[in-house]
Amino acid sequence: MQLITAIVKPFKLDDVKDALKAIGVQGITVSEVRGFGRQGGHTETYRGAEYNIDFVPKVRLEIVVNDSQVDAVVDAIKSSATTGKIGDGKIWVSNINRIVRIRTGEEGSDAV
Amino acid sequence: MNYTIDSGAVAWVLVSAALVLFMTPGLAFFYGGMVRSKNVLGMLMQNIFAMGLVTVLWVAVGFSLAFGGTNGWIGNFDFVFLKDITTVGELPGYTGAFALAIPPILFMGYQMMFAVITPALITGATADRLKFSAYAVLIGVWAVLVYPTVAHWVFSPNGWLFKEGALDFAGGAVVHINAGAAALAVILILKPRKGWPREAMPPHNLPFTVLGTGILWFGWFGFNAGSALAANGLAAQALVNTHVAAAAAMLGWLLVEKLKAGHATTLGAVSGAVAGLVAVTPCAGFVSTSSALLIGLAAGAICYLSLALKNRFGFDDSLDVIAVHLIGGLLGSLLLGLFSDTTINSLGADGWFNGGGSSLLGKQLLASGAVFAFSFGVTYIVAMIINKTMGLRVTLDEEMVGLDQSQHAETAYQV
Repeated sequence: MQLITAIVKPFKLDDVKDALKAIGVQGITVSEVRGFGRQGGHTETYRGAEYNIDFVPKVRLEIVVNDSQVDAVVDAIKSSATTGKIGDGKIWVSNINRIVRIRTGEEGSDAV
Repeated sequence: MNYTIDSGAVAWVLVSAALVLFMTPGLAFFYGGMVRSKNVLGMLMQNIFAMGLVTVLWVAVGFSLAFGGTNGWIGNFDFVFLKDITTVGELPGYTGAFALAIPPILFMGYQMMFAVITPALITGATADRLKFSAYAVLIGVWAVLVYPTVAHWVFSPNGWLFKEGALDFAGGAVVHINAGAAALAVILILKPRKGWPREAMPPHNLPFTVLGTGILWFGWFGFNAGSALAANGLAAQALVNTHVAAAAAMLGWLLVEKLKAGHATTLGAVSGAVAGLVAVTPCAGFVSTSSALLIGLAAGAICYLSLALKNRFGFDDSLDVIAVHLIGGLLGSLLLGLFSDTTINSLGADGWFNGGGSSLLGKQLLASGAVFAFSFGVTYIVAMIINKTMGLRVTLDEEMVGLDQSQHAETAYQV
């Protein structure tokens, strides 16, 4: 089982969610985060004082899938989250050692 | 009663007292939105607490020191805990042309709301680092030693500045120069916030600040038009002047802001409006509407430019009390020396532009200087004594975790 973590632009969340549902993904966790990569921040002005805000709001998606689904999910996220402009985000995949469904106690692939 | 009660005046001043009181929670949110979220309750609490402490002190001794007796420098104890307020024939000095049309207790009650909000203005300059217990002692002492004295000098017909002929319709000197000078004195001892000026400390909730401004603007009609102490044309003139000055100041601030910083901001619009309201406060019942418009426009532009003073001189006036209240109050008080018009208010005087020469301007300078010097001097000494005994400032850990948690064991926003 693999954990797919994706950082995407907040306004792309709905497109990504729709694309994932379309390929059969049944569960996603979403959190609001701030970050920067190569995309710079912006400046804000309060009473003449300028502030450089480095961090940019993003959305983080976490999806646990079986090994066989990884490529499909990564491709779905990549094509639905892209705008072609800097700051589109990143996707990374890491290994999951153990997974448990809380309600039933199922483990492994049955819990995905 | 040695004079006639006018029911229209009573009704209007009753409402005005409520309007002015509403300005203190309005101020609380105006400031509260501008601080960081970890300090919002600290700011709100300081303002709300003033409503509690200063009210009691005003009733106990403040009113008496401000308006009792015939001495030119300070009142007396004739009205301690408001004894005789319902039986006294008239308040000292309020005779002849200055006779009131409202009962003395209402005059006291109306003035009380001014006494409450004035020390609360200081909280904007000292934001995020003043220990609550020290704040309580500071404004308690201030509400007895400083405010009533200045109110007596300028507002009471027996006060020496009033007798000199200095004009202050609703408190440009008594409230704004007074509080601004006190704020400057305290922050010089308090020293800047940790991280100032390098660290970014942007407002955490500008919608609060905008809402607070709406409440202040609304309440200011009670502050200025209520100061006519009558339901008549003068009150109407003051209301119109107040509103027009706020509007013109907003535009003046936004124009300068757009030119210098590149954007017309929400914070700029509301700050500009407040600057105009401050500047028109001494002028509201003495000038024409077109004068009020110019006064507002000037206040918006000049107060914006005054924001740079703190960086220039290296003092951390967190929410620009000096730029808006001290400079705005000074500007309005001095411009009154130019624009004052006896055809608007025959109890006033003519300013330079209305054939009065430099006489009134000289008196305005005297009053502004005297109020500034007294407030700054006494507040500085009081703040120094408090600092040496109980300490004015929170500890570094307390400042880092925030006032809400360290001073009040509360969190504003439970996530």
